[in-house]
Amino acid sequence: MNVTQSFRMALNSLLTSKMRALLTMLGIIIGVAAVIIIISLGNGLQNYLNAQFEQMGVNIIQVQIMGRGTGNRTVETEDMYQLAEKYPQYLSGVSPYVSVQAEVRSGGTSYDRTSIYGVSDIYYNRERNQTMRGEALSKGRFLSYIDVERYQNVCVIGSYLDQAVFQGKGLDQTLTIGGIPYTVIGVLEQKADCTEGSGDDVIFLPHGCAQRLNNRISNGSGAISIMGTSITVYLFASTGQDTSSAAKGVIERLLDQTYQSSDSYFVVTAAEMMDTMNSMLEVLMTILVVIAAISLLVGGIGIMNIMLVSVTERTREIGIRKSLGAKGRDIRSQFIIEAGTTSAVGGVIGIVLGVMLANAATVIVGAVMGGSDGFTATPSLGGILVSFGVSVGVGVLFGYLPANKAAKLNPIDALRYD
Amino acid sequence: MEHLIELKDIYKIYQMGEETVHALDGISLTVDPGEFVAIVGQSGSGKSTAMNIIGCLDVPTSGTYRLAGVDVSTMDDDQQAEIRNKMLGFIFQQYNLIPKLSVLENVELPLLYAGVSAGERRERALAALERVGLQDKRKNLPSQLSGGQQQRVSIARALAGSPSVILADEPTGALDSRTGREVLAFLQKLNAEGDTVVLITHDNSIAVKAKRIVRLQDGKIIYDGDAKDPQAVVQPDLEEHRGEEAVP
Repeated sequence: MNVTQSFRMALNSLLTSKMRALLTMLGIIIGVAAVIIIISLGNGLQNYLNAQFEQMGVNIIQVQIMGRGTGNRTVETEDMYQLAEKYPQYLSGVSPYVSVQAEVRSGGTSYDRTSIYGVSDIYYNRERNQTMRGEALSKGRFLSYIDVERYQNVCVIGSYLDQAVFQGKGLDQTLTIGGIPYTVIGVLEQKADCTEGSGDDVIFLPHGCAQRLNNRISNGSGAISIMGTSITVYLFASTGQDTSSAAKGVIERLLDQTYQSSDSYFVVTAAEMMDTMNSMLEVLMTILVVIAAISLLVGGIGIMNIMLVSVTERTREIGIRKSLGAKGRDIRSQFIIEAGTTSAVGGVIGIVLGVMLANAATVIVGAVMGGSDGFTATPSLGGILVSFGVSVGVGVLFGYLPANKAAKLNPIDALRYD
Repeated sequence: MEHLIELKDIYKIYQMGEETVHALDGISLTVDPGEFVAIVGQSGSGKSTAMNIIGCLDVPTSGTYRLAGVDVSTMDDDQQAEIRNKMLGFIFQQYNLIPKLSVLENVELPLLYAGVSAGERRERALAALERVGLQDKRKNLPSQLSGGQQQRVSIARALAGSPSVILADEPTGALDSRTGREVLAFLQKLNAEGDTVVLITHDNSIAVKAKRIVRLQDGKIIYDGDAKDPQAVVQPDLEEHRGEEAVP
């Protein structure tokens, strides 16, 4: 018996009992759709995060100092500057990166979700109009060497603050940070969605001022101590992506010589962070896809169930076919093709549904993130082909048992079956 | 001359728990090409078992069955399927058409399993439908046809594969008497055109339409001869035999 005939008959029987066919295929539909959505979202997330990383600069090396180690010395800001000067082939610059917890006020309003960082003038590269973290300047200027050396009370603000506090005219205005007035000398370009707490709700100060603010807060607001705790976070820029591991090496050597313990510091390059993040995402996605694939298995069992019912219902038909000369293998292939067709149709519906939902997810995520178009759930062709193949395979696999049962029916009994 | 059907000492013995049932108790029978034989018997006489064995749906416990000179009594399922496909055309009491398939597709089925190409399949199926006068119903579903028409479709299906033997199992059982007569007349016509027909029935009035009657009782042939012979339609005394049937 030829395959096209079996295939056509299988499609026919799907069409004649649509409700039942739909219920049979539901498991496969859900399974395939789930796999495709997860793959799409995973791809989208990975692309989005990688793009964010690249925007931040893949040349960044973050250094965090956690303690003093066994050596009785510390690495000071000056040591870091010297290191960068000593290895210009690896390091193109270094800036302290001091996070400040302080209240930002303007007029009567306080902005408590604003991120405040103390940096040096090197944080910003004027030729490329880009900071180490990927921000660009839209108005005014960035912090200068003089500002940093002299602890000038000046700051550069993000576009959200410019809009929300100063209605876009923030240049030369004054903000109060931790009770101290700061003059706005520059405004950054919008890089996120310009809302409170976002990447646009940010202030950059000279790192000395930031240290002072932190000390003032930790000591109680009265005493002013410039020589407080040393800076614990630095950002280095390597000369290129390919030199970043060599750059990491020279930084670690300095830190190791000083602290004599690798527990006291932590150096990570953006490339490493990206790799770590990507491999974590992949593990996560694999787990999710495996979970989704379980529903494909359940779908296969559903198909087996219905096919067993169908074989019983069609016992007489099987008897007729056998009396007309159908061999066991003809009957078996008819039912296997029917099961395979059912699951293949389910797979196609699942793929269509999955791609549609992935597109919907792109729109929804885009809307939630305030119109930023960075995130696109991307269904991969490989994922689609594999899930289609798996669904057909599941149908054929689980169709085998009922088909074999049909093939082994005795034609005399089958003909008499009512 | 070689016999078309040659049954020799056929026994079919079923073991039902403690009891041994001799459904066929040593039957020998030959049918030649062009014959029209009715196998008659009451229920339990073994005629259905005989039909299953002649139809290659079952194998005898012992004895040999040669169909067109080939020993088919020891064949496996697939070999039997092939014999059914090539040599035999079945007509059943319940028509046994597949309800989801059109009339034409039903008639094409034996050719499909014979591996005949689509074009030839259609041609031969249409020719068979034309022989039963139903070529205009080829696109209908069986349920859209009357009982008599459905039985004619099943006859067309039996003819489509150009079989050596047409096996009709109570072909009028589900029809009213007028339609039943038409179907019998049709079988007579087929026989007149040269087809070999074996009819299985419990009804004497139908059996006499054949040329030869083989009467079975308790798994044995008790009459084999011309249908016109008055002896052929003599019903054995049922009262006398009822007791025997209960004790096989």
